Amino acid sequence: MSSSGKQPSTSVHAGNGDASPERISPFRRTLHALIRDPGALTGIIIVGVLAILALVAPLISPQDPYDLAQLDIMDGRLAPGATSMNGMVYLLGTDDQGRDLFSGILYGLRTSILVGIISAAVAIVIGTCVGLLSAYAGGRVDALLMRIVDIQLSFPAILVALIFLAILGQGVDKIIIALVVTQWAYYARTVRGSALVESRRAYTDAARSMALSDKRIIFRHILPNCVPPLIVVATMRIAYAIMLEATLSFLGIGLPITEPSLGLLISNGFEYLLSGDYWISVFPGITLLLLIVGINLIGDALRDILNPRQEG
Amino acid sequence: MSSYLLSRLFQTIVTLFVMSVLVFVGLYMVGNPVDVLLSSSATPEERLHVIQSFGLDRPVWEQYLVFLSKALQGDLGNSFVFNQPALDLIFQRMPATLELAFVALLMALVIGIPLGVRAGLKPNSFVSRTIMTFSILGFSLPTFWIGLIMIMVFSVYLGWLPASGRGDTVEVLGVPVSFLTLDGLSHLVLPAFNLALFKISLVIRLTRAGVMEVMQLDYVRFARAKGINERRILRVHVLKNTLIPLITVIGLELGSLIAFAVVTETIFAWPGMGKLIIDAIGVLDRPVILAYLLITVVMFSVINLLVDILYSIVDPRVRLEGGSR
Repeated sequence: MSSSGKQPSTSVHAGNGDASPERISPFRRTLHALIRDPGALTGIIIVGVLAILALVAPLISPQDPYDLAQLDIMDGRLAPGATSMNGMVYLLGTDDQGRDLFSGILYGLRTSILVGIISAAVAIVIGTCVGLLSAYAGGRVDALLMRIVDIQLSFPAILVALIFLAILGQGVDKIIIALVVTQWAYYARTVRGSALVESRRAYTDAARSMALSDKRIIFRHILPNCVPPLIVVATMRIAYAIMLEATLSFLGIGLPITEPSLGLLISNGFEYLLSGDYWISVFPGITLLLLIVGINLIGDALRDILNPRQEG
Repeated sequence: MSSYLLSRLFQTIVTLFVMSVLVFVGLYMVGNPVDVLLSSSATPEERLHVIQSFGLDRPVWEQYLVFLSKALQGDLGNSFVFNQPALDLIFQRMPATLELAFVALLMALVIGIPLGVRAGLKPNSFVSRTIMTFSILGFSLPTFWIGLIMIMVFSVYLGWLPASGRGDTVEVLGVPVSFLTLDGLSHLVLPAFNLALFKISLVIRLTRAGVMEVMQLDYVRFARAKGINERRILRVHVLKNTLIPLITVIGLELGSLIAFAVVTETIFAWPGMGKLIIDAIGVLDRPVILAYLLITVVMFSVINLLVDILYSIVDPRVRLEGGSR
């Protein structure tokens, strides 16, 4: 695909019309393929709705769940649909503090998505740089970097995160650091692998024979072709990062109680679950599940669409 | 082989050393364990006494050297909280964690492989699609949340299975195990299944991919052309070649099961080393945190080494078998 994709783009410079079907960018082609896949479409809708809800949370949530002045302890552990003294309806019930669970979930979603995306973005940048460096430098640098990646990946993410959180303590910034540390190696390995493959392709030789600078070859020719596998890995990893954050917060070593998070809400409800107050844990859990299922559905379809082995 | 083993040993020692320095210095920089150990009403003299008795007044490198020289003699220090050797604490709880992890691994294989083979043989059938949908779900279900739901359904509403603890144990070679008593087994089912869930999905996917790949190879077609019945092709030709890559994965997954037991143990109050480390992190019990990490590094290195050796033994023989026509 990469070689056939290059040719039309040079002919476009000669002044072809927009109507040419070959002008569809890889991005749009992927998007079209995604929308045609029923699983991916379901995923996009789920993730889209949740992302919008998270984005507009302060506008639509009936209560600011972290403004203590708005909480009424008398409303603690009300069942879904119950009405407060002041006439407010708790759609999904309240937790032990009298916090509206629906609002809590919206704010928690915000934190979860934000933490997932920021940590992934930082990890992608670091991993891409390391991967490109490793592939390009080769030799000892490559061997050393990949040995570090191997050693790190031989330890489960949760263990690495535990170590870092034990040292760093709680906090949004700290959990992001821990998640970056657990993730960068995956991206480094992915980018190195595809960069090595791409650097042996004919177009790279062609670029070299035109005496283009190394920098230009790496960033303009090799890197763009490493993006598809990177996207596939990133989708799966973001889902995993969100799940890991929730897990760590649930264990009480991730986000502090002052930060709304789905994992914390579930953790709060744990002790009341045994006495039958299911909603405090169940509703945030379902939200988390939907988010992760949605991302994984997209990731699964993306892997089929972008899988280089199926292109030939 | 021996030079390979030596280099692996060297790598393990370097990893251990780097890890211990990182964690030691890291833990040194955060918080003061004295605040955790003493009540706020302690007098300054008591404070000073505690600080001196733990050697916390000396510079960090000196503390590390003391730690290192003791560690080399098998002493990782006493837990601040239990006032017992940290190593003993961990070894006491290790059997529970290992039992949980092994049972979960067994579950993952016993459930995952047949389903994966089924999904790989007829990838487009309804049953296979259902299996794959469930495996996506298995990947997406947050382990800790599904654990809560399992407690809610099976313990609270149905009352079939106990929600916490290990139940009755019997000693086998001096090690307490749960799976040999009926009560222990009933305590084991929920946490083990909870821990296994993610791995079941993984095994299904790997087996399916392997079966689909092997089924297209020439020797399987050749076997078919010779008129060998499907069962034999599946058993002798397909399964053998599918299961070999699984060995690597299984080895690595055992390590990850031990690490993720932290979550399951917390939910089901399973008295293993995962619960110990979470509690230790909560109160900054440095010796226990350090000892746990060092022991897991050793454990993982040993597991990885065994997997590598096993693979190198198994792989060439298989190539030989696969290649001989």
